[in-house]
Amino acid sequence: MLGRLTVDALPFYSWVAMSGALVTVLGGLMVAAGLTWFRQWGNLWSEWLTSLDHKRIGIMYVALAMVMLMRGFIDAIMMRSQQAVSLNSDGYLPPDHFDQIFSSHGTIMIFFMAMPFLTGLINIVVPQQIGARDVAFPFMNSVSLALTAAGAGLVLVSLVIGKFSTAGWTGYPPYSGPEFSPGVGVDYWLWAVLISGVGSTLTGINFVVTILKKRAPGMTLMRMPLFTWTALCTSVLMTFAFPALTVAAGLLALDRLLGMHFFTNAGGGNMMNYVNLLWMWGHPEVYILILPAFGIYSEVVATFSAKRLFGYTSLVYATASIAVLSFTVWLHHFFTMGSSANVNAFFGIATMIIAVPTGVKVFDWLLTMYRGRIEFRPPMLWTLGFIVTFVIGGMSGVLLALPPADYLMHNSTFLVAHFHNMLIPGALFGYFAGYMYWFPKAFGFALDERWGVRSFWCWLIGFYLAFMPLYVLGFMGMPRRMEHYNIALWQPYLIVAALGAVLILIGIIFLLVQLVVSVRQRQGSLDRTGDPWNGRTLEWLTSSPPAPYNFAVLPDVRDIDAFHDMKARGVAYRKPDHYDDIDMPKNSAAGAFLCAFAFLLGFAMVWHIWWMAILFAAATGIVIVARACNDDAEYRLSAADVAAIEDRRYQALANAARMRPTTDQIFANRPLQEGST
Amino acid sequence: MAFGAALLGSGCDLTDIPVLDPKGPIALAERDLLLTAVALMLIVIIPVFFMTFLFAWRYRSSNSNARYTPDWSYSVITDVVVWLVPAVIVMVLGTHLWSNTHKLDPYKPIDVSVRPLEVEVVAQDWKWLFIYPEQGIAVVNQLVFPSQTPLSLKLTSDTVMNSFSIPALGGQIYAMAGMQTRLHLLADAPGTFAGRNMQYSGRGFANQHFEAIAVSQEDFDAWVAKVKQSPTTLDAATYRALAAPTIGHPVTYYSAVEPNLFDTIIAKYARGSGHAGQQAAHETHVGEAQDAR
Repeated sequence: MLGRLTVDALPFYSWVAMSGALVTVLGGLMVAAGLTWFRQWGNLWSEWLTSLDHKRIGIMYVALAMVMLMRGFIDAIMMRSQQAVSLNSDGYLPPDHFDQIFSSHGTIMIFFMAMPFLTGLINIVVPQQIGARDVAFPFMNSVSLALTAAGAGLVLVSLVIGKFSTAGWTGYPPYSGPEFSPGVGVDYWLWAVLISGVGSTLTGINFVVTILKKRAPGMTLMRMPLFTWTALCTSVLMTFAFPALTVAAGLLALDRLLGMHFFTNAGGGNMMNYVNLLWMWGHPEVYILILPAFGIYSEVVATFSAKRLFGYTSLVYATASIAVLSFTVWLHHFFTMGSSANVNAFFGIATMIIAVPTGVKVFDWLLTMYRGRIEFRPPMLWTLGFIVTFVIGGMSGVLLALPPADYLMHNSTFLVAHFHNMLIPGALFGYFAGYMYWFPKAFGFALDERWGVRSFWCWLIGFYLAFMPLYVLGFMGMPRRMEHYNIALWQPYLIVAALGAVLILIGIIFLLVQLVVSVRQRQGSLDRTGDPWNGRTLEWLTSSPPAPYNFAVLPDVRDIDAFHDMKARGVAYRKPDHYDDIDMPKNSAAGAFLCAFAFLLGFAMVWHIWWMAILFAAATGIVIVARACNDDAEYRLSAADVAAIEDRRYQALANAARMRPTTDQIFANRPLQEGST
Repeated sequence: MAFGAALLGSGCDLTDIPVLDPKGPIALAERDLLLTAVALMLIVIIPVFFMTFLFAWRYRSSNSNARYTPDWSYSVITDVVVWLVPAVIVMVLGTHLWSNTHKLDPYKPIDVSVRPLEVEVVAQDWKWLFIYPEQGIAVVNQLVFPSQTPLSLKLTSDTVMNSFSIPALGGQIYAMAGMQTRLHLLADAPGTFAGRNMQYSGRGFANQHFEAIAVSQEDFDAWVAKVKQSPTTLDAATYRALAAPTIGHPVTYYSAVEPNLFDTIIAKYARGSGHAGQQAAHETHVGEAQDAR
């Protein structure tokens, strides 16, 4: 009746597992209690869970990313503390538990922290940057979120019911096959990845179409803001790369469920086919994560240098060539497979070629700062921290691209240090910069800058403390994923790395403090103009937070920095003669149902509860068909209603211009800039 | 570099850092390539560091003396420089990469004029079995070989994927069930080096290490004679027992080995698939039959 699910699945076997489960359950209960106490269930349902507004969906993505960041970081600090103490001892984590933790850390950080974070930022910003009212497929957008959340839910539930995979975030067979990992762990990983991977593919398709088809009049491809360009390239990569992951995971699921032999040791299977497929997704995935951050850095560096972005055309071509090249380098993840020198050399050189457009980008950002007027606000600090730190990671990456050097460093902590060096300063710092940069746009008030600066320094210094020792340990021959070790010389480095993790923990706490402080003090930091940073791109033309339709009248774009140009020409805040009716997507509960059904389908597949799997597979199909048959998916906002909303906006703009010098602390010295360059 | 300073500051002996203090020509060449690449890349990295701090300081908004050109966004010269300089560095590195990847191909014999010592390596849960076909002996978790004689390894796995590594002597190579990979190493002088599996393989992974001991030819012959005295032999039944998962398996000597044991281990995974397994069971040459390499 319940497949493999018995009472033994509950984590009574170890106090660490028990605490993890308790924290998860209590966290869920506290959220539920909070919603009940403040009577927010109805609001949550009608304003958020059923919303098809790209800005709301984006905010939910980022919220999911923040929650999963905490969860993934708890894993990280457990690993660092375990290795700090486990010289010639088992530390406090037995191998079986440690192995689950490094697997869930990677899985969560890649699939359920970084992916939702960047997807959320793209959702909030890209339609506004291209002067659109919504994405091309608003409902599909909510399906993407639903599937991502369902996958994240499976990972969270694995803490309470059963165990997670011990096969690492890449799940290499044959270890992840039924022979060596018969339990539910790999299945949790597989179904989380399969379900959320479909969501990412849909996101990719949605934004390719949105960016290509929904741009405002006059916004040619070569006038798109850099963040939109990187979002376009990332979406193309998502569309073409994620199916490879879905296929790899699907075939592995067939091995596990139906006893097939795609990747097994025996029966004609070959694990290297999986490894190839995985990295055909996995390497583009690195750029899926990093390109949007590059876009954010491009926006931030221009805005906070108060200067036009240097080398726009170069940056566009660099972005596009990185996206293309990212499909030609996957084999560098397994030079040690034993392929011929020609094959290894080809992939090594292809990998190094990516360093060229990346180097171009770094220089273009620096030249944007050159002869600018740089303001060191938190988004700019993240950007500067990124530039300095990222080049170190780039260097270690080129070293690993040399096959003979990779033979030495592969699978060592040097590799771990390298990819964290790319993904923390390269991607995560960018997301934080974007979070602090666009927060006022999304919520109408700015984040507290002091706590932002404190968090930045903790993260930056914590990063160096945590990962520079791992480079050294790699030279010492320390493999990744060591539950304990017998070489005393390694321990001091691991203790320093653990201290770095503690500093990053403080950085995360400061991020939370920043959020709480900012919400409490929001009256002092309201963004009344919609343009808190003297921005250059169209998202700053809308009010903060924007009206559901973003733009009452679609903007007329004449320059790369469209909004800056409009302000210079004195037309940014010109009131239109009349408004038209606007059609907007109606809310839909289908996404929320799909989330629940996909989660339950995944859960049933993990535990082999076949009746439940059939039931929820059917339910998922019915929801999709029912939604597809629903032609009444839009509502009309009349011209009069639009005019009312817009009149309030112009009133607020007029008030802001009057009040600015005295009341607006955060935005002091930032006049509306109308008519100035 | 921060970690370079950390290395010097810690005052530890370089011998503890096998990658930077290689004990054989392969590891030495790999390290030299590494250091060359670092030096070449510093041509880009140092200016980036310098420019970041200089520009951030000079063009801070409070410094009204600095020139401000808000619309300056393109210059042919800088465009050429920022594309060409990294491109030239990558071209130089690329030629190094091409020649060194061929020179240091793990499948390539180190010195064809010298007869190497052949050892067959089997990865098991969670230990290493070394079979010496010419000597007719086998050893668990200890690899003894004469220094200054090339070591020619054939590797496979009788379990999940493993990665065989002796960092002081050279790079690693995967060991995979049903397939054979090759690795050639050489130790300049007698010494004891750490060897281990680098690819996570399950519960006993952390303990899956062994000693690689380079000795003089005489000592090696004496060691072989000693192993030959061992009462235990590795026949099919002993092998099956040995292949069962163990953690921290003690060093074990076998005075005799079932003939063709290594090939048998590879072939047993080939059931039901004539193609890949049979190819894998045979010696292949560099550049041929990728799936079998």
